[in-house]
This record gives sequence, structure tokens and C-alpha cells, in this order.
Amino acid sequence: MTETQHAHHGTRGKPSVALFVTCLADLLRPSVGEASLRLLRHARTAVSVPPQQTCCGQPAYNSGDYDAVRPLAKQVIAMLEYADYVVLPSGSCAGMICEHYPRLLEGEWRDRALQLAAKTYELTTFLVEVAGLEIQAQAPGSGPTVAYHDSCAGLRELDIREQPRKLLRELCGADIRELQQRDVCCGFGGTFCAKMPEISAKMADDKLNDVLATGAPILTGGDLGCLLSLAGRARRLDMDIEVRHVAELLVGDTDGPAIGEGD
Amino acid sequence: MESTSDRFLLNASEALRDTPRAQRRDVMAAFTPLIRNAAVEGFAAFEATRQHVKRVRQHSLDNLAFYLGQFEHEAVQNGMRVHFARDAGEMNSTVLDICQQHGARRVAKGKSMVTEETGLNDFLQDAGLTVRETDLGEYIIQEAGETPSHIVGPALHKSADEIRDLFLQKHDLGERELAATGDMVDEARQVLRRQFLDAEVGIIGSNALIAENGYSMLVTNEGNGDLCANLPPVLVICTTIDRVLPRAEDAAAMLRLLVRSATGQAQTCYTSYYSGPRRAQDPDGPLETHIVLLDNGRSDILEGDYREMLECIRCGACLNHCPIYSSVGGHAYGWVYPGPMGSVLTPLLTSLEASAALPNACTACGRCAEVCPADIPLPDLLRDLRAQESEQRIDAARWRLGLRMHAWLARQPRLYRALTSLAMTLLHRLGHRRGAFRRLPLASGWTGQRDFPVPQGKTFMQRYRQRQREH
Repeated sequence: MTETQHAHHGTRGKPSVALFVTCLADLLRPSVGEASLRLLRHARTAVSVPPQQTCCGQPAYNSGDYDAVRPLAKQVIAMLEYADYVVLPSGSCAGMICEHYPRLLEGEWRDRALQLAAKTYELTTFLVEVAGLEIQAQAPGSGPTVAYHDSCAGLRELDIREQPRKLLRELCGADIRELQQRDVCCGFGGTFCAKMPEISAKMADDKLNDVLATGAPILTGGDLGCLLSLAGRARRLDMDIEVRHVAELLVGDTDGPAIGEGD
Repeated sequence: MESTSDRFLLNASEALRDTPRAQRRDVMAAFTPLIRNAAVEGFAAFEATRQHVKRVRQHSLDNLAFYLGQFEHEAVQNGMRVHFARDAGEMNSTVLDICQQHGARRVAKGKSMVTEETGLNDFLQDAGLTVRETDLGEYIIQEAGETPSHIVGPALHKSADEIRDLFLQKHDLGERELAATGDMVDEARQVLRRQFLDAEVGIIGSNALIAENGYSMLVTNEGNGDLCANLPPVLVICTTIDRVLPRAEDAAAMLRLLVRSATGQAQTCYTSYYSGPRRAQDPDGPLETHIVLLDNGRSDILEGDYREMLECIRCGACLNHCPIYSSVGGHAYGWVYPGPMGSVLTPLLTSLEASAALPNACTACGRCAEVCPADIPLPDLLRDLRAQESEQRIDAARWRLGLRMHAWLARQPRLYRALTSLAMTLLHRLGHRRGAFRRLPLASGWTGQRDFPVPQGKTFMQRYRQRQREH
């Protein structure tokens, strides 16, 4: 049975989607999970949230503790493989499953990792390329003016570039202001930002200055790690930048405090 | 060369505070990718050539002993003398022996990172020889008593003003302004011309050794390599065993990647093939040609998990595209090779323990691997080195244990949920008004430079379950 055929055997004919909200969204920014859930339902999929989910294991993996991550990777695979699709509102966590789980595991587990990788998507890619989200296009410029930060893992491992921009334009009529250095890292890098904070801060400053130069009041992107780090640095420097995850903007959730802002 | 890689973070911190240099690095970081991209986009076969050269390099390394043997045989046929050096000391003393056999006192040298690796200049100078670097960048830093900050542009860290002051101070040439960059270049040319003519030995590096004909290939933009090779009576080529390629056309293919990736040119001004000493019918050229092939740990790398690193063609593109290299500059890395390629090579060629910070100087952004003409998965190699640090317990214990604990906790969903829910509720209560913490226990790595955004309250999983129960 091909994957597409299989996809139509979910609940009430809709493809089943397992939403992995990622640990950062789960703990620090649940509104990103809520927004992802709404978007996936809007895209006519049967979404479920596996209750066993925690973290994909990137922190230890990137620090080189492969042994500690292998059992976690297997647990994640076993937890998610029931669904037709797996969707994560993060390029780097989706990249972890698609690119790095197969590299980490061997034998039968590697095969299972590859099978899971084949049906795992970052949220905006899934909405645009798989779900074919029906969009009643908004008038250009009728929505917010935003700067978009391309997170590195999504950009280079999963080729996420146009998908979020297309959604922002068509779904919320956003005016997207491009950064001068679109493909340069913001300095987050997971534990890097805490292991080498001065270098990380310099890189964040470059990115934030690039954002300020666009004149866009809102900075958005698809990876909470980068956004938390940039919002934290912007707060420290009293920069007036409102930071929100792309999923939040796509559902129009802009009333609550932005990342790092008070009630 | 002495290593200060163990002080990477301190070096980096100093470099970040050196505002004029940091600003120049920012300019270079914006500029160099543009010229590289333009050159690569103008060469439709770049990706195909990249994959072709990768296969050739892999094949050459798989059969390294064979091709080295072939190269040696052909080079000897051409009249070259071939020396193998196991380590830095052997290369240095081989070169000194050659100089002493000829009673040489003056050496003119072309750019060579390999001799930086072995500290050849100091070694020869300690033995009483005068060694003059003739690549403009190398010349500048030699005059300034500094080390290269970049493998292609060794003096990229210096401003025109610094170089002007240096020349005015070092060159006894009377009153002059050196207002334009061209004036400085002319002056260096004038000073160096004498050095080429006086030298008894010329030393250059090599970009490729061609097994089928025993030639050594070198690219330069200044022509100083040819002057070092052809004016002094004795030529010594210093390079490493991993430079060997089977055929001349392989070197040509590699060249098409190397130059575009390095300087954004389609070709350098000079591409030279050194075939051996002057023959009876030749009007000029060296009387004697030596080639010294350094191993210095490369055979071990070849046998290990990092052998892809030997496919590096030393273009410097990974440096030019690395946001960490451009933030802190080459000197912060503390040894010969900086940036992503250096962060892999330095631990392999020196010691992982003494350079443990370097593999961590990476956000895994992947830009280096994206542009690497040799298609080396640098972020993967760096992560594997971090894995080795973890295995050998030379990383910081608090990080290792903390992350291991986190990975373990992530496998106990109930416990994870209980603890994280509690922690998020607490953090939310403490900080929701302000929205971000300026300080947080156990998170000084984060809060030293940035605020920590306060969690929204209940976790997503709590909210989701609650809603499910309500339905």
C-alpha cells in the first residue's frame, strides 16, 4: 500500500497526523502547540497528540552523547509510527527525526527510523506540500508586517524557505520584509548559546539589528529555540521587537504577550 | 606552531572586544560569500564537478600508498628528490639539511600552511638562516610578528592603516606617504624583489601532487611562488601526503572548485606545475628540486573515522561562511587552521584535550558543509568530535551529566510531565508580569547575555489533557 493510499484510511477518511509539539513549545510556549493543532484541523486531518511525548533528544545528541539519545530515539519512533504523518512545529526537531535518527540507529531500528523520516514534516511544509491547505487568499499587505528568520536546520536539512512565507502571505496577508543575511545563523545553536554565550550574543545582535533595519515590528520564524534566544536578547537590550512563532501568526493569535513579554 | 586552542573562549572574548577588527570581520563576512556565490553560479558544472572530485579524492585516499609510490617514481624520473617526513621535526630537519648542504643563508618562501604547522620558519631562523615570506599577506604578518588569521588571506585581520604604519616603520626608505593601497603593494614588491634574487633556497607549498607525471601544482595570485621556485638555485616543495591525485586532469578539475570557492575567481593569476630541476636545454629554473611529503598524523586520520577531512582542498570557504569564525577571527582558534576545517583538524593533528573547545564552537548551522567544495560534512565531524570528548570525559562534567539526566528524564514521560509542569507553573508565577527573567539559578549560561522568556503557565500537554477530559 502506498503512503498516499494509506493516508486516506485515517479517521473518517482523513489522514491521521501525530502532532509532536516539541519540548520547547510544550513547556514554554504552549500557544504554539495550540496553533499547530488548529492549523492541522483546519487542513482536514485527524490530529492526535501522543501523550507520551517529551523531547526528541537534540540537546544530548548535539553535545555528542549518542548513547544517551539512542533509547530515547527508539521510544520516539515507537510512539509516532502509528500515524500516517508526523508533524512538528520546528525545523530542527523535524530535522532530528528525518536526518539524525537514521544516522544514530542501526539495523531494524534504522529501517524504522527511515520509515518514520519519510512521513515526518515540519508544520508549514506539511500544510503547503502535503495537506494542500485550502486558502482564501488575503489581500497582500492586509495583515501584519513581519521579518522572517530562517532557522538553519529547517533551511538546510529540510529546505524550508518558501513554505512559511507563502502561508504568511496568503493566510494572513502578511507583508514580509526580508533580512539582509537570511541564511546566517542567529547564534542559538541549542547548548551552544549557553556554552559560548558571548559569541552567541554577538550573532544574535547581528540578527536583531538586521531585523530592526527591515522596519518590521514583528519577528517570526518556525523554530522556538531561535525565537526564545532572540527574544531574550532583544529584551536584554531593550530592543522593541515583538517575537512570535509563525504558527501563532497563522492562526491570528497575536493578542497575548509575545515571547519574553509580560502580561 | 605553539597552540593556544585551550584558551579559545578567552581568545574569542578578547577578539569580540576589539571593535575595529570585529567590524572589518563583519564586512568580510558579508562580502566573501557574495563573490563565492557569484563565481559558483557562473559555473554550471560546479555541483557535478564537486561530486566528481569527491569520488577522485576518495579513490586517491583509498589507494594512497599506490599513488604516493607512483608520484615518487615519476618525480624521481623527472630529477626531483623526494623525502618523506613522519612528523614536523622530520620535515624541518630535512629542509635544514638541504639548506646546509648548499651553504644557504637566505631562504625565500611562498605561502605554505604546512610549514606553519611544522613551525619551519622559527626552526630555520634558530639555525641561523634568514627566512623571508614573499606572499604579500605572509610578508605583512611576518613583519608584524604575527600568525595567519586565515588559510588563504593570512593578513585579512590587518587594516590598510596598520599595514601602512608597519611598512613606514620597517622599511628604511625615507619620506613617503603610501597613501594608496597600490603604493604599499609597490613598496612590498620593491623590497621583496631583492629577496628573491638573493635567496639560495626557495620554499613553496603545493595544491596538488600529480601521480601520473610527478608534477606539483601551485596556484597563486602574486606570482611569488614562481619567483621562489625559479630564481634560487635550490627549490624545496613542502606539502603533505594527502595532496596526491592520480591524473593531471584531476588536479585541473579540483582547481575549478578551489579557486571559485577561495577567492571567487574563475582562475588565479598563476597556475604553475613544477616538474623538476632545470634540464640541459632549459634556459632557467632551479638546479636542484626537492619535495618533502609530511605525514604528521595524517596516516592515522586516514585509518580513523575522520578520513573525509583529508579531502579538504584548503579553499577557506568554510571560514568565510562560518558565523563563529567571522565573529571571533582566526587567531582565537589558537593554532594554524581556524574555522570549521580547523576545528576538525586541530584536535586531530594536535590533541583533542588541548583543543576541546573548538568542536563546540559550532551551532550546527550547516553553512560550511553547504559551500564546502570537497563536500565534507563538517558539522557531523564536529559533533562526532564532541561525542569523543563525551566518551573520554574531557567535556565539562556538569554539561555531560545534565544533558544525560535530561535525556533519561525524557524517557520517563510521567515523571517528566510531573516535574516540568511544576517547574513551569512556578516560573510562570514568578515572572509572568515582567515576561522574562534577568537571572535564573542554573541558567547563567543563558541569562549572562539574554533574558529568559517566562513560560506561559500550564504546559501544552496539561492543557490538552484537560480539554480531552472535559469532552
